[in-house]
Amino acid sequence: MSKSLFEKIWEKHIVKTIDGGPSVLYIDKHLIHEVTSPQAFAGLNKRGIKVFRPKQIVATADHNVPTIDQDLPIKEELSRLQVDALIKNCAEYGIELYGLGHPFQGIVHVIGPELGITQPGMTIVCGDSHTSTHGAFGNIAFGIGTSEVEMVMATQCLLQSKPKLMRINVDGTLNKGVVSKDIILYIISLISASGATGYAVEFAGSAIRSLSMEARMTICNMSIEMGARCGMIAPDETTFNYMKGRLFAPKENEWNEKVSYWKTLFSDDDAIFDKEININAADIEPMITYGTNPGMGIGISKHIPALNEITEKEKPYFEKSLHYMDLQPGANIIGKKVDYVFIGSCTNSRIEDLRMVASFVKGKKKADNVQVWVVPGSKQVEKQAIEEGINKIFEEAGFNLRQPGCSACLGMNEDKIPAGKYCISTSNRNFEGRQGPNARTMLASPLTAAAAAITGEVSDVRELL
Amino acid sequence: MSKAINIIQSSVVPLNTENVDTDQIIPARFLKATTRDGFGENLFRDWRYESDGQPKKDFVLNDPTYHGKILVAAKNFGCGSSREHAAWAIKDYGFDVVVSSFFADIFKGNALNNFLLPVTVSDAFLQKIFDAVNKDSSAQIIVNLQAQTITIEATGEQESFDINNYKKTCMLNGYDDIDYLLSINKDIEAFELKHDH
Repeated sequence: MSKSLFEKIWEKHIVKTIDGGPSVLYIDKHLIHEVTSPQAFAGLNKRGIKVFRPKQIVATADHNVPTIDQDLPIKEELSRLQVDALIKNCAEYGIELYGLGHPFQGIVHVIGPELGITQPGMTIVCGDSHTSTHGAFGNIAFGIGTSEVEMVMATQCLLQSKPKLMRINVDGTLNKGVVSKDIILYIISLISASGATGYAVEFAGSAIRSLSMEARMTICNMSIEMGARCGMIAPDETTFNYMKGRLFAPKENEWNEKVSYWKTLFSDDDAIFDKEININAADIEPMITYGTNPGMGIGISKHIPALNEITEKEKPYFEKSLHYMDLQPGANIIGKKVDYVFIGSCTNSRIEDLRMVASFVKGKKKADNVQVWVVPGSKQVEKQAIEEGINKIFEEAGFNLRQPGCSACLGMNEDKIPAGKYCISTSNRNFEGRQGPNARTMLASPLTAAAAAITGEVSDVRELL
Repeated sequence: MSKAINIIQSSVVPLNTENVDTDQIIPARFLKATTRDGFGENLFRDWRYESDGQPKKDFVLNDPTYHGKILVAAKNFGCGSSREHAAWAIKDYGFDVVVSSFFADIFKGNALNNFLLPVTVSDAFLQKIFDAVNKDSSAQIIVNLQAQTITIEATGEQESFDINNYKKTCMLNGYDDIDYLLSINKDIEAFELKHDH
């Protein structure tokens, strides 16, 4: 019987299925961080049980770590206590921790792939919704709550109902200045912030196949922003070339065996999807969001929807959003002054993102009215950026290259956008207050963010290339 | 206190806003605790309070007209971050049920794991609840988990809601998933022997 990529992996991980209920799904890898794990450890402690398979868990500190002076003790007391709790818990339960100061530390969804921990065919979970990122390697990866973190720690399993299946095919060639972030912002603007809720989404088509692993990760990362349970892309030579030689990737004979298996991980020709969407890559232009959820995006040359383009039912939410953003219905977005540019987050903080920005800004200077923060996704990305001289390019442009962490994506540490200010951000959420109370976020690609950094306003990067 | 839930009858707090994301329910800067307690204080923090800590008069939680154990919200409730703190905050504030026409997946799972019952109703029924509360702020809603029904007391209008049998049993009896998973430890170990990961 023909099967989809999702079904091939799902079925291999079912321990048993409860009659009329969910299945017991076995989890291969569990990634943890300081914010969503302490209550799970406390739960184990209260029950008097140990971590069942500590070797299948990897920990890092990313969400609330400072992005300057990481060699000094964390100043903010609550953040420090949370990071200290992770250190203590990992030591007590025998879990590998790549904490502050470790050469592998970084955003959990950046370090998994770059260390070769993330592999095709696996089930991967983490107490973070952007766990969908890992699906770029052809696995089932999804975010979970803290009670579920505790379940996986206790039993290496979760109770899950099988989601519906959706495939999104993006075919054709991307236009100049259009990158993977634009593809996913375009898709979400088409199907809305809840358009894939209840579905596992496979991304396919020639435009997806042509993307690097970094670019594929950006797409799967934002699957959750349309509500998807997970996002995934079938592994191929691009995947294997990226993985080969990475620290925890299989070696020698085991590598060959794994690759033969991974090559079977694709959706069969007549696999059945509950929903299928076809997109022409040529229709996509650089994207930007104007509202307060990631579905409120437009092509950069377009105008913000006018009131007569919005249904009566959607009007209250639309008006609330625009009021928060202090933007006018029907207005153009190009030319809007910006105050901050944030290049970072699990969506766009990998070496390729930094290279893309550096090649655009080389020899240019930032506009006086903008502050630019570049936050690499990991210590390894930071190290490589320095080796390649990218740090010098940023310095000459007046960009502030900081140390790895989630940073201004969610404003848990000091990196907050001040109230009322506009930030073009390469992160994943433009929710009210996401980057700081009353901060105004416009999501865009690293290229579009870099363009705004140079001009000081929302700009069409295609005219600057 | 038993965690079990069966019949909840209460007035409701209406929050007629779509796409309420978990950053609104509990902003990230309040996620620094290492226990599960006390998040209710900061429920809807930035909608509920000015930056100086003064309550915003026009936000529904600050309106003494509305109170109760049932929160009623517009579609796509709980989207965004997987933070379970959102479910903890709603439960800690005193709600036992959230009613919406559409829930985000992860939030729904988190709610169920904390004995906060998510009840999905049709758009039309959701509107009827909002209308009933508009007419009478103390309008009673009855949620019967055993029967899987939600009823507007004043008009007798009723709708059925879905919940999978396993989760229903858990909610009715106060069981959690960990108890179950621990009980099948032998099956998990047997699975591991034949599973290559």
